[in-house]
Amino acid sequence: MTVRISDDAVALACGADAVAAAFVAAGVEVERVSSWGMHWLEPLVEIDGVGYGQVSADHVASILGGTAQSIGRIEDHPFISRQNRLTFARAGKTRPTSLDDYYGSGGWLGLAQARAMGADATIETLMASGLRGRGGAGFPAGIKWRTVANAAADQKYIVCNADEGDSGTFADRMVMEGDPFMLIEGIAIAGFAVGASKGYIYIRSEYPHAIAKMETAISLSAHLIAPFVVEVRVGAGAYICGEETSLLNSLEGKRGEVRAKPPLPALEGLFGKPTVVNNVLTLAAVPWILAHGGEAYAAYGMGRSKGTMPVQLAGNVKHGGLFEVAFGITLGELVNGIGGGTASGRPVRCVQVGGPLGAYIPPAQFDLPFDYEAFAAADALIGHAGITVFDDSVDMAQMARFAMEFCAIESCGKCTPCRLGSTRGIETIDQIIAGNNVDANLALLTDLSETMKFGSLCALGGFTPYPVMSAIKHFPEDFR
Amino acid sequence: MTSIADIVAEHEHREGPLLPILHDVQKVFGHISEDAMRDIAHALNLTRAEVYGVVSFYHDFRKEAEARSVLKLCRAEACKARGVDALVPIAESQSRVKVEAIYCLGLCSVGPAALVDDQVYARLDSARLRNLLEAM
Ligand SMILES: Cc1cc2nc3c(=O)[nH]c(=O)nc-3n(C[C@H](O)[C@H](O)[C@H](O)COP(=O)(O)O)c2cc1C
Ligand code: SF4
Ligand code: FES
Repeated sequence: MTVRISDDAVALACGADAVAAAFVAAGVEVERVSSWGMHWLEPLVEIDGVGYGQVSADHVASILGGTAQSIGRIEDHPFISRQNRLTFARAGKTRPTSLDDYYGSGGWLGLAQARAMGADATIETLMASGLRGRGGAGFPAGIKWRTVANAAADQKYIVCNADEGDSGTFADRMVMEGDPFMLIEGIAIAGFAVGASKGYIYIRSEYPHAIAKMETAISLSAHLIAPFVVEVRVGAGAYICGEETSLLNSLEGKRGEVRAKPPLPALEGLFGKPTVVNNVLTLAAVPWILAHGGEAYAAYGMGRSKGTMPVQLAGNVKHGGLFEVAFGITLGELVNGIGGGTASGRPVRCVQVGGPLGAYIPPAQFDLPFDYEAFAAADALIGHAGITVFDDSVDMAQMARFAMEFCAIESCGKCTPCRLGSTRGIETIDQIIAGNNVDANLALLTDLSETMKFGSLCALGGFTPYPVMSAIKHFPEDFR
Repeated sequence: MTSIADIVAEHEHREGPLLPILHDVQKVFGHISEDAMRDIAHALNLTRAEVYGVVSFYHDFRKEAEARSVLKLCRAEACKARGVDALVPIAESQSRVKVEAIYCLGLCSVGPAALVDDQVYARLDSARLRNLLEAM
């Protein structure tokens, strides 16, 4: 008998190591695997396909004795069976840094296919897949790769953006901790397609486990991607370094200030060389696309939002975790149908989609389909597809204040509307909360938001007004 | 004992060596002192102002030593939705451990969450946070 327990950061934070140790002490073989993504059940223990949720060391005897309550077969659990797992096909099933497990589950087929069909056809396949950047902006990955491939240079780079700073998101972390070879394969395919010899993975310092797993996986697989070389670089606690030009400055050893565009990083990126900057999820989708074909990927999704999105259900949600699904599912289905509403059992008041720069959305808009264009039309952001759920105890004036505070803390300082506007924003919201000249201060806040929206160089200053103004629009009673 | 020169020597052949050097200096010495900045600047042919500018830009880097253990408590939206703000008075009721704010640990489905060195903690409530602080 083998007991399978995840060693991803959520499982560890919920006490998985102690559970694993208790099984070992009971004489049972334990395999540490990636997480299924059913976070509310962690530590989740799997024996012969059957799951036991929220296990502690005290439960080991009853599980082994056959008297413990199980959740049934994990693969049949509706949270799993309702997903379209392409990027997360291995989640829960393989040992993250086992090359044998990776080979045995279709690993390296995408890279082999790319090498067999050539660089040009590889980019064509990506174009046909319709894959758009998963880091936030939704820019077509194939077009970016084509631009870099066509640029003439002695040196080109692939930069994987693993800064994942948005609250409510953890899919990048799960890829790196759960399936690191897949990311390496995706980066190597990108390098092959555009003619780059070197790749960097810029991982935020808040992710020590992801950093360790990626470094192990890189050293184990270096010979398989050679002559291409990948290296991990660690961030230093600056949210703005998720913005691609700030990230490039940080990689170069500079302050993480945002660069003006143009020049595009695709033409003048890292050290001035043509550079593909892609999010973890973008690059992690690539091996599947190469192995199965661009059309197979494009068969999922709706409109111009092709394929699947690993949605992250976070905050006050009953069934929190990772839910990969074809674009087109409604927000309400995700929050209530899949997520099961709030963890507290109180009514859902709103959700924030797309991290700290995303709008707050009330249940009245839960028929919104998960689609880049539909969200943009509603002044909302899919971003990195984190959905943070709040119950009716939330004070939206405080959340609006926090949006401004976060912008003030994380501003790179380059432009005045962001640097000073956010601090003015905090002061103004404090006046409103204190009940001073509320109408005049709300008008001032609206003006300030417009200035930030149109006068900021990047989306930190430019999008912070969205959570602020959506909170005021949908929950005016919290500001009176 | 590792010196600044050893750390610089280990990284200086790399492209963009400054951040890896600063990380290692902080790991070994606990902070990045004025002297360390001067030595690093000298070794990399940068001005002291340039190195200082980088050190002060990033939240992770400390210019002064911190004798206490540090607990980084996530204060971002998803942990707020799960009640972290109610835990702040507990964190502030003691001074033996330095409690710092951090914005997201990627544990947003099981918050409130915290990081101590490389150890992660989730599902914090008053009792668990108190125990954690006492055990540090
Ligand atoms: C303030 C700010 C923060 C960002 N943070 C991230 C991040 O953490 N991860 C990420 O992949 N993209 C982030 N982005 C988007 C990147 O600038 C860039 O669009 C992305 O890395 C491109 O990759 P993609 O096309 O694969 O999405 C951020 C953008 C802004 C303006
Ligand atoms: S908007 Fe803010 S973070 Fe973005 S470039 Fe301007 S100052 Fe920097
Ligand atoms: S918001 Fe606290 S861990 Fe993500």
